Order: sequence, then structure tokens, then C-alpha cells
Amino acid sequence: MATGLHGRMSATQNAAVSVRGLTRRFGDRAVIDRLDLDIAPGEFVALIGASGCGKSTLLRILADLDHEIEGEVEVPVKRAVAFQAPRLMPWKKVWRNVVLGLPGLPDRRRAEAALAEVGLSHRANVWPKVLSGGEAQRASLARALVREPDLLLLDEPFGALDALTRIKAQELVGELWQRHNCAILLVTHDVEEALLLADRVLMMKDGVIAHEVRVDRPRPRAVEDAYLAELRARLLGWLGVGHGAMEDAA
Amino acid sequence: MSTALDLSSRQAATRAAAPPALPENPRIARQRILPASAERRGIPRGIRRMAGPVLLVGIWHLLSVTGTLPAEVLAGPGTVLSSAAKLWGTGELPDAMVASLRRALSGLAIGGSIGVALAVFSGLFRLGEDLIDSTMQMLRTVPNVALIPLLIIWFGIGEEPKIALIALATAFPLYLNVYAGIRNVDQTLVEAGRTLGLSRAAMIRNVILPGALPNALVGLRYSLGISWLALVFGEQVNATEGIGYLMSNAREFFQTDVIVVCLVVYALLGLAVDFIVRLLEKVLLAWRPAFTGA
Ligand SMILES: Nc1ncnc2c1ncn2[C@@H]1O[C@H](COP(=O)(O)OP(=O)(O)O)[C@@H](O)[C@H]1O
Ligand SMILES: [Mg+2]
Repeated sequence: MATGLHGRMSATQNAAVSVRGLTRRFGDRAVIDRLDLDIAPGEFVALIGASGCGKSTLLRILADLDHEIEGEVEVPVKRAVAFQAPRLMPWKKVWRNVVLGLPGLPDRRRAEAALAEVGLSHRANVWPKVLSGGEAQRASLARALVREPDLLLLDEPFGALDALTRIKAQELVGELWQRHNCAILLVTHDVEEALLLADRVLMMKDGVIAHEVRVDRPRPRAVEDAYLAELRARLLGWLGVGHGAMEDAA
Repeated sequence: MSTALDLSSRQAATRAAAPPALPENPRIARQRILPASAERRGIPRGIRRMAGPVLLVGIWHLLSVTGTLPAEVLAGPGTVLSSAAKLWGTGELPDAMVASLRRALSGLAIGGSIGVALAVFSGLFRLGEDLIDSTMQMLRTVPNVALIPLLIIWFGIGEEPKIALIALATAFPLYLNVYAGIRNVDQTLVEAGRTLGLSRAAMIRNVILPGALPNALVGLRYSLGISWLALVFGEQVNATEGIGYLMSNAREFFQTDVIVVCLVVYALLGLAVDFIVRLLEKVLLAWRPAFTGA
């Protein structure tokens, strides 16, 4: 027990994110209820769970956008967020959006380098209004990554994209993660997406991380992979969908 | 390959089977979608819009030359035109225009800066809101023109009360719109700004003020309109120059032609100012999704 605790302590010291006993109430209802979470540096973690279970709430707390909390939360100083809506400032050209908030004068070369990484160099000097949904989302990713974050928080960033664009965006995030080597917490409702990208998939339920699977599979991964299919069935079961639901209940 | 063939043969079959089914279908009410170019045919819109005013001037002219409309009531368009030329030639009209424009612009500059400054202060700070907003909301219900007697007592009958009236009148629309603009800035963008690590000053500069700009320009448009109105009222008060002075002089001598010239000049200056605001919007709001660039 003591060694276990000690082990956890040291893991916590080196972790990118450590959360202990986190509670967030809206009125009387604790949407997050004594939740614990660790994310290692450079680890890709996906967070799934039924709609309304508190995933965005947790992400907003980690992003320092919500302080009405109890418990301990530690996150890297260098963080970045990409939301489901790209949230670009419509009155700034794309490249200015990318470097907004960086110290010093707006550095166009740096913005263009970040945009090149997401395949958007040719859109550097346009208004956000002319970007397509996928392009805007990539610009938002560039804006997050140009900050060289130690933790990247993604809240269903592909949720509003069409199927084809979503697959490309997922691949892009996989590549960017390997290049930038930052920890990622990806909130998603798409179990396949979670399994294709993450080292670890967490399932949130009743205000805590109720289940967790480690995805020990080299990348790039294919959905057809039998191992992933089995994990998928298990996760869907926990979510109360598909055949696994019966086994889980039994 | 075979499925493709299957499909196309099935399609062919449906197509072959379709015609007999058609007459049984109830007739669907249809509408022809016209290309935009088709709508632009015929008389150009600009000319069509001119037709009304031209017709009106025509009738006015007719009534004047037939004597139905005596010159003491309203001078005819011909007389108006010639007196406009005369007034322009003697330099009276340009001088009056400059004087009026200067008043309107200095009033607007003073009132506008006060309105915007108060709005920014009360939009950004809780203290400012508590101190200023309720006061402004209360004061704005007082009709500006009702303040003229007080302004004359305070500032005499020179330039000051006129400019003060315009300043007062323009401060409110700008205050109200800029304040609303700041308060209605998209909170998701403010949040995004926070995740980007914007300082408070940077947030105000990069997110809140640009977000309030569309509203601010609406306020500017209102202010300009009202500054014109205030100018007309203000210049009735003992002016020694300006369009209002020209007009009250003309009234003394029943020169209806000069009065009409002054009215037209007010209208033209108003149009010019509106055009400038439009231009400003075109340049400053090019980023807006709703903006079509027309
Ligand atoms: N500001 C708020 N006030 C009240 N309830 C909230 C607020 N934000 C979220 N909630 C509630 O918390 C629960 C979790 O929301 P959220 O974290 O957005 O869920 P999701 O897992 O779908 O992202 C929902 O039931 C939602 O109604
Ligand atoms: Mg959510």
C-alpha cells in the first residue's frame, strides 16, 4: 500500500497532468465527482463518454477556464486548446490568428511555418470567413501548436466535420502529435477515433473515470485490426451500446 | 463491373417505366429559378430609382410656371437653381457650408469621444458600469433640444452652445451602441483569447474592441444623423454664419428659393456623410461573414 502510494506520488511529480479528488458541481449536481486522472508527458489520451457526462467540463477545468472546483489539479504552464468550433477571431487574417497571444510583434514567418504544418500555407492571408470547416479547424490546430504546448486539449475538434475531412484531420493530429511530442487529451464521442489515435482510452461515467483501456498497438493503426475491434466492442459495451452491453450487465 | 451494369439496366428500366406513371401524378407547382443576370435586365435600378424624384421636380416646375404655386409659398426649381448658382458665386454658400460642417464635426468629435470613452469604461469595468450606465440610460430620455435654453444660459449665444448641443446629441447613440457592442462580444472568442494567454490589455485590443466595432459603426451612423438634426436646431439660435443663418436670413425676406437651396444643401451634406460611413464600414468590416462587399 505504502509503495503503491509512493509510486503514485513520484508518477504524479513527473506527470504532465495530475488531478486528485476533483469535484465540479452545477447547483446540487456533481457533474464531476472526486475524479482522479494522470497524463504522462507526451502521452495521447482519449476521453470518451455519453453526451452530457462532463467531458467538456473536465477539459475546461484543465484549460483553466473554470475555477469553481474542489480538489487538486495540476497542468503544464504551456497549454493550448482547440475547441469543437474553431473560434478564430473573424477580424484577424488567418496568420494573425495563429500567432495571436505570442509575445512580441506578430511574426508572419512563424505563423506561416505553423500553417504549413497543417497544409494551410496558401490560406495565411485570408479572412477566417472564407475558410471551409476543415480548413478553419486546421487553422485552429496551427494556432494551438505554434505555442509549443506541453499539453494539448482537444474538445471534439472533428465533431462538426464531414466523414472524409474528419479522417484526414485525424491523420493530421496523429502526425502532429508524433512531431511535437506533447501530451494530448482528446475528448471525442467517436470510439474508433479514440482507438486509432490514443495510447490510452478513458471512459467517463457518473463523474469519474469509470473505465480505462491501454491501446498497445503500433501506428498507423487500421480500424479492421482484430485487437482494436475487440477493444471497440468492450468500450461500446461500457457505453451501453452493442453486444458488449449485455455481457457487461451480466 | 457487373453491379454497375445491373444498376444502369435497372435505371433504364425505371426510366422506361416512368412515362406512363407521370400523368397520374398530381401536378406539382413549380417555379423557375432565374439567373441573377436575368433580373438585372430592363431599366437599370439606379435610373428607376431616379424616376420618382425627377417626376416630383417636374410637377413642382409645372405648378410654378402655371402660377398654381406662387413664389411666396415656394419658389420654382428654376429660381432655386439660379439662386444656388448666385449664392455659390458670391461665396456665401461655400462659407456657410464650411461653417456648418465645422460645427457638426467639432460637436461630433467632442460628443463622440466622450460617448466612446464612457462606453469603454462602463463596458469593461464593473465600477464604470455601476457609475455610468444607469446615469446615461436616465439622461438619454431627455430630448436634446429641450436643453437649448440651458445651454444658452451656460454658454451664451456664440459657437459654444451650438457645438455643445451637437456634442450632447451625438454622445448618446455612440455610448449606447459601443456599450452594447462591448457587452455582446462573443464569449466563446473571449474564452479562446484566454486560452491563448492574452493579457487583459491584449484581450481588449484584440478581441473586445474589434468585436464591438460593428455596433460602434451603427452608433456612428446614428450620431451623424442626429448631429445634422442638432445642427439645424442649433443654427436657428442667433447664428452669424452657417446654413442655418442663411436660412433664417432668407426667412426675414421671404426668399423661399434660398430656403430651398439650404434644405437641399443639408440633404446633400447628409448624403455625403452617409457615404463616408459606408466607405468606413466597407474598409473596417471587410471581415464580416454577412458583408457582401457591395
Ligand atoms: N455552465 C453550466 N451550468 C449548468 N450546467 C452545466 C453547465 N455546463 C455544463 N453543465 C452540465 O454539466 C453536464 C456535463 O456537460 P458537458 O461537460 O458539456 O458534457 P459533455 O460530456 O457532453 O461534454 C451537462 O449535464 C450539462 O448540462
Ligand atoms: Mg462536450
